[in-house]
Amino acid sequence: MSACDLLCDNVMQLAECDRQLIELTQGGLPLVPQPYHELARQMGISADEVMLRIQRMQDNGVIRRIAAVPNHYKLGFRANGMTVWNVPDEKVSALGEQIGALDFVSHCYHRPRHPPLWHYNLFAMVHGASRDDVQDHIAAIARLLGDDNHGSDVLFSTRILKKTGLRIRARE
Amino acid sequence: MRGSAETQQTDLALDALDRQLLNRLQDGFPVCDRPYLAVAREFSIDEDELIARIQRLLDTNVLTRFGPMYHAERMGGGLSLAAMAVPVEDFERVALLVNSLPEIAHNYARDHDFNMWFVIATEDRDDVAAVVKKIQALTGYTVYNMPKIEEFYVGLRFAV
Repeated sequence: MSACDLLCDNVMQLAECDRQLIELTQGGLPLVPQPYHELARQMGISADEVMLRIQRMQDNGVIRRIAAVPNHYKLGFRANGMTVWNVPDEKVSALGEQIGALDFVSHCYHRPRHPPLWHYNLFAMVHGASRDDVQDHIAAIARLLGDDNHGSDVLFSTRILKKTGLRIRARE
Repeated sequence: MRGSAETQQTDLALDALDRQLLNRLQDGFPVCDRPYLAVAREFSIDEDELIARIQRLLDTNVLTRFGPMYHAERMGGGLSLAAMAVPVEDFERVALLVNSLPEIAHNYARDHDFNMWFVIATEDRDDVAAVVKKIQALTGYTVYNMPKIEEFYVGLRFAV
């Protein structure tokens, strides 16, 4: 617990306290009226320090946000397709911003090509109620890309082989 | 977004308030002494009712999680998407080998020549390359590593 005294602004090396907070909350925030106080009690530090650290991790991007993550399948968005596109490298940033802003796209990334087998450099995860719905969304992306679309594909998941999510352990 | 018709067909007993809460809680949650109370007041409900509803949404798996969403790379960790083209007859063996590594966070079968797609998550960013090598050595197949070069958007907001 002495490591808690070490303030560390370098996100490359999380302070031990931040690591503990991450470990305690990776399953979720406690569902009690004072969740930050509850975490503080478990860690043996003040609630103010817990809130300060969480706020700081939000400010520097270690925490994207504190939020609910819905099960999209349960909410009726039963089809998701990983769409992949071959667009000119010099335009990928501008096009990626436009595609990422579409309301049916959950993730959008520029990734490396692996020629000759893989020519796609832009990935967009598309969600819909059905595969037809996803195909409509793909057509919308194709319209948006216009002449910059040099080829695309969609990969539907057929099976989840593993899903454990992020795991971090406090260092000894 | 579309899909609301299908949403109605699910067997979930979500009332209007549940739906409003689902939308609200995807946007963020305050850091203060009584954060549930603060959000409950926006909906003119009791703190206890908000907590009970979130608990029920989690119990019924409408929510997979409620809490801080961590950004692996900002924590100093490594994260990458990788793919393999595995012959169908060898698929199960390779899936077992890949899944056996603790650094594999997600693994999906997809309908493409590149038919296995997994996320490699390591505590130290330099360890991704070693995991790629290890999988190649274990399975005998090439791993196509596709770490993100640029991120445009993460986090669909499901309007329900």
